Amino acid sequence: MAKSKSAYSVPGKIGKIERHIIVVWVDNEAGVLARIAGLFSGRGYNIESLAVAEVDKKKHISRITIVTEGTPQVIEQINLQLKKLVPVHKVADFKRGEKDILFRELAMFKILGNSKKHEKVKKICKKFNPVILDKTNKSIVIQVTALRAEIDKLALDLKSLGLISTSRTGAVAMTKGSRIFN
Amino acid sequence: MPKLLSGAEIVFKALEDQKVEYIFGYPGGAVLPIYDELKNHKSIKHILARHEQGAGHSAEGYARSCGKPGVLLVTSGPGATNAVTALTDAYMDSIPLVCISGQVPTHLIGTDAFQECDTTGITRPCTKHNWLVKDVNDLSRILHLAFEVATTGRPGPVLVDIPKDIQFKKGKYKFFKNTLKNKLNGKSTRKISNSELDKFIDLIKKSSKPIFYTGGGVINSGPEASKYLRELVSLTGFPITSTLQGLGAYPGDDPQFLGMLGMHGTYEANNAMHDCDLMINIGARFDDRITGKVDEFSPGSKKIHVDIDPSSIGKNIKVDLAIVSDVTSLLKSLIKRFKEKNKNFVNSNKQKTSKWWEQIGKWREKKSLNFINSDEIIKPQHAVQRLYELTKSQDTFITTEVGQHQMWAAQHYKFNKPNRWMTSGGLGTMGYGLPAAIGVQIANPGKLVVDIAGEASVLMTMQEMSTAVQYRLPIKIFILNNEYMGMVRQWQELLHEKNYSESYTAALPDFVKLAESYGCVGIRAKTPNELDEKIKEMISVDRPVIFDCVVDKAENCFPMIPSGKPHNQMILGPEEEEEISDEGKVLV
Repeated sequence: MAKSKSAYSVPGKIGKIERHIIVVWVDNEAGVLARIAGLFSGRGYNIESLAVAEVDKKKHISRITIVTEGTPQVIEQINLQLKKLVPVHKVADFKRGEKDILFRELAMFKILGNSKKHEKVKKICKKFNPVILDKTNKSIVIQVTALRAEIDKLALDLKSLGLISTSRTGAVAMTKGSRIFN
Repeated sequence: MPKLLSGAEIVFKALEDQKVEYIFGYPGGAVLPIYDELKNHKSIKHILARHEQGAGHSAEGYARSCGKPGVLLVTSGPGATNAVTALTDAYMDSIPLVCISGQVPTHLIGTDAFQECDTTGITRPCTKHNWLVKDVNDLSRILHLAFEVATTGRPGPVLVDIPKDIQFKKGKYKFFKNTLKNKLNGKSTRKISNSELDKFIDLIKKSSKPIFYTGGGVINSGPEASKYLRELVSLTGFPITSTLQGLGAYPGDDPQFLGMLGMHGTYEANNAMHDCDLMINIGARFDDRITGKVDEFSPGSKKIHVDIDPSSIGKNIKVDLAIVSDVTSLLKSLIKRFKEKNKNFVNSNKQKTSKWWEQIGKWREKKSLNFINSDEIIKPQHAVQRLYELTKSQDTFITTEVGQHQMWAAQHYKFNKPNRWMTSGGLGTMGYGLPAAIGVQIANPGKLVVDIAGEASVLMTMQEMSTAVQYRLPIKIFILNNEYMGMVRQWQELLHEKNYSESYTAALPDFVKLAESYGCVGIRAKTPNELDEKIKEMISVDRPVIFDCVVDKAENCFPMIPSGKPHNQMILGPEEEEEISDEGKVLV
């Protein structure tokens, strides 16, 4: 072991890293996002993506979907620490790859090129619910909804077709069937 | 229509309804309306500190020694930033504080106005929750919620930031109760199931090498918890050790008590933790000063963890039985269940644990707290022992600063009651003890309050002596003066080849003259011969005292677990120092 001169113990074994999607229902009040984000940064957790919007206008409840990575112990801590925050109502946690959960991200691509290129773009995006949002002789803005990896690949494929701007959301999630998050 | 009150009036109405008797604070521009209102509320006394950090630690000492939340009132900007250390300290050690801060008027927020800072932003990570009040009609709800959040579940600090215009504005007042209801953040109202209790009892019955490991949660749960803990420990006949924060929950001079555990804990406590087959953690959090290297922590034991905070369980150490509960309610139902089913447990169990007690006896024979005393120079451990012997007959409250003196106090002063020991454990805040003693004395008039201090720590908040004199608080500042930042020097000696980089304080003040200039009493003891007499003098003076106890400059704090080592590899004294391997150096 290397010479270490620390007042602290050396790190122990590190568990296997898992990717989780954590859904948090919060009071939509000033500073709530800072509390959530601050908890993650302060305790050294990752945020891969984050999506947030108010889902209940009357009760002012926002739903936050966070994609994160960590060891099972860290993921458990994230859940428990989130639940301690005063504006947090409930927390749901899913492992990436769970079968009965739906995940989607939305992306917008702006591509320069003529109508010939537009057709190619549409073809590549066909499987991902493409919507043409704007079209000129020289450009096209197309919206797709897909999984993170699929959008990553699309963006790569579209590069050669004149992709000049990408805008994408974080993932949102919902359970399949009649079950809801509890 | 109810009478409308100004924001400042609402603040006091809420404090009155919360039965607040003392506020610790410091005025300034952005809280003047609240200070102006103070004169109309005779049941609330304001204690003027000399620095907001001092006010914060005083509020902590008050809360820790009487179980009620401490209330802190500070102004905007520097007032709030000065309070941050105290808030963080309270957050780490689970002490209920309600901090009310002034803020610049609403229309100036965000303009970098005079004495403006983002108080809620700055204090967000060091409070359980905080609020910026933007509407005077929210003020009473927020204030009552603030008290609820601070005092329920795992206690901690909260902050309410009130802009100056809100303090003037008129609004409605209402007394809100139980806003949190059954939220996890609130008091755990969950009933403990019989199956959980039976699992607990089953583990107790199967164990032949058990140990109780108890912490600050027992103290926070109230005096009842200590009563039940004593009953359970006596029912089972098991050995018990305590964390720094838990001292006093179980009598320090009881034969079943193994002393404090951890980095500077006793040999028997740490070895018992390492070798046990059942560890019963009640209200402690497997802090890194306790566990050392996590992978080698008590490898052969089943572990039970009782904690009111679910996030404390499984954070550092995996356990076999986790119970989220307040300590009092758990112990109460556990003892009841245990008695119903196991009438003669102690007798039947004596044989099972007799070998274990034999082993513990062998560890005890090492007498790990021993030190080589001297006739010529006062050894700091000796000073603490004499202080204990000369004060144990009365109900004494001890606070400390942070460093070697703190560990010596924890090792050599024996506590028999909860809430008598106030120390900064989690954050390790030098300068905590003197202002904390002020809060303790406020909460416990007529009692003996001693801050066992180091000369470096105490200089960080020395200005609060002026507060003690103003309010005639006869606190005793017992300084173990070795002219060094002793713990820093000790680590430099052991880990950095005796390169005492910046750990010696040249040009220390003359503490006796300093005491006199503050208007209190200064006493100095230089030799072991005069020590007892001087301590008696200190106790008998009914005024604040600064006691300059000149001690051995080179003394180190033993035993210790060197960094990176498991619990069964302690260093017992200076004669073993040479043996610390490079690997071991990590652990200190």
